[in-house]
Parts: sequence; structure tokens; C-alpha cells
Amino acid sequence: MAEAKPANAAAPETLLRVEDLRTWFHTFSGTVKAVDGVSFSVKRGEIMGLVGESGGGKSVVGFSILGLIDPPGKIESGAIEFNGENLKDAGDARLRDIRGRDIAMVFQDPMTSLNPLHTVGEQMDEMLRLHTDMDAGQRQARCVQVLEDVGISRAADRLKSYPHQFSGGMRQRVVIAIAMLAQPKLVIADEPTTALDVTIQAQILKLMRRQIRDNGASMILVTHDLAVVSEMADHITVLYCGKVVERGPTDDVIRRPSHPYTRGLIDSIPNPAHRMARLKQIPGAVPDIRKLPKGCNFQDRCPRVGTLCRESEPPLVATGARAHACHFPLKEGETE
Amino acid sequence: MTAMLQVENLHQEFRIGGSLLDRMKFADGRLRFPDTRVKAVNGVSLSVNRGEVVALVGESGCGKSTVAKTIARIYRPSQGAIRIEGEDISSYGVREMLPVRSRMQMIFQDPFASLNPRQKVRDIVAEPLLEQTQGRAARKEVAQKTLDLLARVGLNTEHAGRYPHQFSGGQRQRIGIARALSVNPGLIIADEPVSALDVSIQAQILNLMMDLRDEFGLAYLFISHDLSVVHHIADRIGVMYLGFLVETGSREKLFSAPRHPYTRALLSAAPSIEKTRPREEIELSGEVPSALDLPSGCCFRTRCPLAFERCKVERPTLKDMGDGQQVACHLTDEPERDTQ
Repeated sequence: MAEAKPANAAAPETLLRVEDLRTWFHTFSGTVKAVDGVSFSVKRGEIMGLVGESGGGKSVVGFSILGLIDPPGKIESGAIEFNGENLKDAGDARLRDIRGRDIAMVFQDPMTSLNPLHTVGEQMDEMLRLHTDMDAGQRQARCVQVLEDVGISRAADRLKSYPHQFSGGMRQRVVIAIAMLAQPKLVIADEPTTALDVTIQAQILKLMRRQIRDNGASMILVTHDLAVVSEMADHITVLYCGKVVERGPTDDVIRRPSHPYTRGLIDSIPNPAHRMARLKQIPGAVPDIRKLPKGCNFQDRCPRVGTLCRESEPPLVATGARAHACHFPLKEGETE
Repeated sequence: MTAMLQVENLHQEFRIGGSLLDRMKFADGRLRFPDTRVKAVNGVSLSVNRGEVVALVGESGCGKSTVAKTIARIYRPSQGAIRIEGEDISSYGVREMLPVRSRMQMIFQDPFASLNPRQKVRDIVAEPLLEQTQGRAARKEVAQKTLDLLARVGLNTEHAGRYPHQFSGGQRQRIGIARALSVNPGLIIADEPVSALDVSIQAQILNLMMDLRDEFGLAYLFISHDLSVVHHIADRIGVMYLGFLVETGSREKLFSAPRHPYTRALLSAAPSIEKTRPREEIELSGEVPSALDLPSGCCFRTRCPLAFERCKVERPTLKDMGDGQQVACHLTDEPERDTQ
């Protein structure tokens, strides 16, 4: 199945295109290639899941898009095209304009992403003051309305509360409300529910999905949790050691993974529907990203490794909507 | 056969409110020092047999870790009995606890905080053994046993001379397991042992724990918030909410036919990669009430979609359902109200 090309270039259906992005950190102990040649795109109205374990580079991708990489980190090469505009070479002023208004971010820990010294109302108002030309009354009304949208009752009163007066789940609702205030086209959510309990997580995920759909926005959901991604995302991109190892439509990838790493990740999750005496495990650990082996990064943990894997790095090969970077990909139905 | 661990009616309260000066208040013409009490655990009873894995699940603040720490006698229980192979240890002092610790060891959640950064791995693993024999153990034997233990948990000889910071999270958890095993305990209390680890590493540690159980006949009291992990590892499960045990049962029963509305809500809230799984949608609104001010009647009534008048006035107790499952819910008396 080939992907449909947009009929004309004036109304592209692709909102964000990241091409061959390389974000490296030049540290004293060597260059950390946190993101090394990552490509993906996000369509309008789509939720894209960016999955991987710690050290996979998934958060750095999110920060790179927003231009939030500080030295010793640097975007070495690649293209970030958002809504037809090149973000990689956009100046600081332009990026400040885009952040919050066109692209909003939701972080993992709502306590550190809210300012403890200002009321929730002040922090929400700031966003609208910077990015819209509403007057004070309109701003107040909009804040109340968005807080109510995210399920916070007595919104007008709660605007006067400080972040510490909210519980963890409520704080994350506030962060989502702030993200949605200026009606962004893209929301980057970095582990938005990892710090929350499972019943609260279910509430927040449902809320985020509804907010994204209602506003016609797109979302990049950065997470380590395949189960969360499988319930939220339309497409999924799997990262390992800073490289894309597999991507495609979520259900398809989870039912028929091509890359042994994706397969391993899926099998590592205990599944109540098919309980086994032993979990399938991926042997070993993620290699030191400063000393990656020659060839495929996954070679030392892979059950299918061959001599080719130790010599040359597998390129990302696209077939239809799917793509994988493996010399010996799994065929349909193959388990190992 | 006496159970490895038996806990009866365990209560744990903590006084908070700060120093005397912070608490000082004038009331009715007198100086008073009222204190505030957090009721973290309210009457939990459970037992773990030899070679059995019993899991406690619940959300943060439900008291599951407090139960674990009280059983390990890091805390002194406010009320209740804790029996290790029939011996009640609930009022033991530090010295009396020492021989008990060779029968019961603990594995902690955070592999970064639970290992002394200034000790070498070989000393970390040998310490419980040296402590147990009050330093009289033959050094050679201890050294050999330490290396054997490290090999058993998947580390090698050269790791013995390194410091904890030179290891990854998964390897550190292996060190913690080796330390717990060093005194040949019959019971291991594992407090969220895999929740700080990546999924691929989590699977390795879970497999290791299961292998060790088969090999040494260990019993585990396994504390976790992750239902899929609990389903994988546990023989029996207890669900906790606000310091109360609301439902207990075998793994099969609890997952296929959960009875308490909270258990049902937990199961339906857990995300899964399995789309085909039939889902009962009990969605909870609101959040867990404060343990400083427990609701009257049933602890869960403020969030329960099925709550009715009786739940407000009468606290439900665990009732045996006849098939090994125990539930603390008034709906078991009035099943016609269960409309979900």
C-alpha cells in the first residue's frame, strides 16, 4: 500500500517532517550521538508515538524540534520542517513565537514544569498575553473555559491557586490546559503520564486524546510504554540508540513487528492474555552510546544476528507504510 | 505446616505535624499539642506460604510499601501480629530481629539508593552474612560464597571489585538480589523491584526472580503497582486501597472475575497492547482521598460509581466468597445493585 501523495503542495497533509536529524552532545568523555539520523513525519490530526527505552534518544528528538538543545548539544545536520517552515535554521525570536503558539509541550513532571511562585491563572494568562492579542477579559474567559475543558471544576476559583495546591493528576491537567490554550497545531508530550497512577493515567490519556481531536491538532507522544502508545497513537516510531529501527501504523507494527528489537520489546511486557512461565527477554543491556559497535547497534542483543550485522549498518528500508532497519527482518508470523 | 509469613490485623499509624512548637496551640484556655495521624495501614491480614508468591497491588499512597516495611520491621507496627514461621516478631527489638533477618530479606525499589556507593560489590553482598555470624564467618568461605552468588544472579568475578556507580540499573538490582540471598532466607520482601527498570531489563529481573524461587524454594511478598507484572509473577494477589485490603484471591480468579469495583476499575484502566481483550469500562472520577481524613464507611465510596447509602455508614469487612476470594464490598450482599 503506497502512501497517498497530497494532491497539491498548497495544502500538504504533512504537518511536521523530520529528515535525517542528528543531535549530538560533545562531552569531555566523547561525542554522544543521542539522535543520529532520525526521520519521520507527522500528518495533520495524527498522533505519532515515539517509543524506546532510556537512552533511545526519544526525548532529545522532541527538544530538537523546539530548538531546546543547549551546549554541549548541537543539531549537527538534518531538516525539521514544520508547516512548510524550516525550524532548524529559524532564529531564537521566531522559535519563541512558535513555541507555545504553534507547538506546545507537555512534560513528564508537572511539578517542575509549573512555576511554584505564580498562580495557575498567571501562568495561563502569560501564554495568551505573549501569543494572542486578546484583552484581559477575553483572556480570563478563555482560561476558565480551557480549565473546564480539562475537567477542573470551579475553574474561576482554581485560577487563583498555586501549583502545590493541586494533586499530581490535577497538575498534569493544568499543564495540558496551558498547552492547549493557544490552540497549537502540534503538541509534543514527553512521558505525560509516567509519573501518574494507573487510574489517573487513564483519565489523562482520554483527556489528551479528546483535546487533540477536538482541536484538530497533531501530537507526538514520547514514551517508553508500548501499551500506552498502542492505545493512543495512529503511527509509531521505535528508536534504539538514537536511530529509527522501525516505524509504521501502530496496530500493524504491534501485531507484526519486523525488527527483532520491537519484537523483543513487545514480548518483554507481561501479557495477562497469554501468560507464560518465563518472559521472553532481550539479553544484555543498551550499549554505551559513546562506544557503539560497528554495524548494527542491536547486534549484541539480537537473536538473529549474522556476520553482515557486524559489518554494515542496516539502512531504513520502507515498504508501503512500514519501514525497518534490519538486515534480517522478521517475516509475518515469525516469532524469533 | 506453619505459613512462612502470617500477618494479622496489621495497623500502621504515623504521627506527623512537626515539632512541639509547630503543634503548639491554645484551646479552651490551655496549651495543647495536638498531633495529626496518618492511618497508612488499617487492619491488613495476609499469609504467604513456603515457595509462594503473594503480591500486593494498589496505587501510590495505598499503603502497600508501608505493609512491606512494617513486616520487614523497618517500622514498628502500631497494632497487629507479624509471624515468621509462627514466631511473632511484631514487638521485637533490633537485637532480637537479627536472627529473624536470616529468614527474611528485602529487595528495594530504587537500585541507586539501596546500595552504599562507597562499598565494593563484594562487601555489599557479604555484609548480611558477616553480620549474621557477627564477623566470625571464615573469610575464605564468605569470599567464595559471594562470588557464587554473583555468578548466580548473572554477574561475574571481575564485577566483585567494582563500585555500584559502575553498574546499570538492572545490574544493580541483581546486586541487591544477591545481597538478599546471601543469608539463605525463606522469604523475600520485594518492594517494587522492577518499576525503575526498562521493560527489556524488567523481563530479565522477573525471570531471574522466578528461577531463584524454583531453585531455592523462596517465598516472595511482591509489592507492585503494575498489574501486568503482578499477573505474571504472583500466585495470590491482594488489592489495597487507602490502607485497606479490599480484595484478595488467586491470580486466575482475580483477573478473570474481579469482584470489588476498585479492582474492576484498576483492571479496566491498565493500558494493554492486547486490543481484543474484553473490557469492562469502570472509569473512576476524582482522586484518592487523604489518609489523614479517611472517609466514613467504605474507603472507596467517594470514587465508587456504584456507592449507595450503606457504604457511607458502614465499613465493609473482607468476606469469604467461598472460592478462595475475599471481598470487602457491600455489593456482595446486594448483587442487584451491581449495574455495571
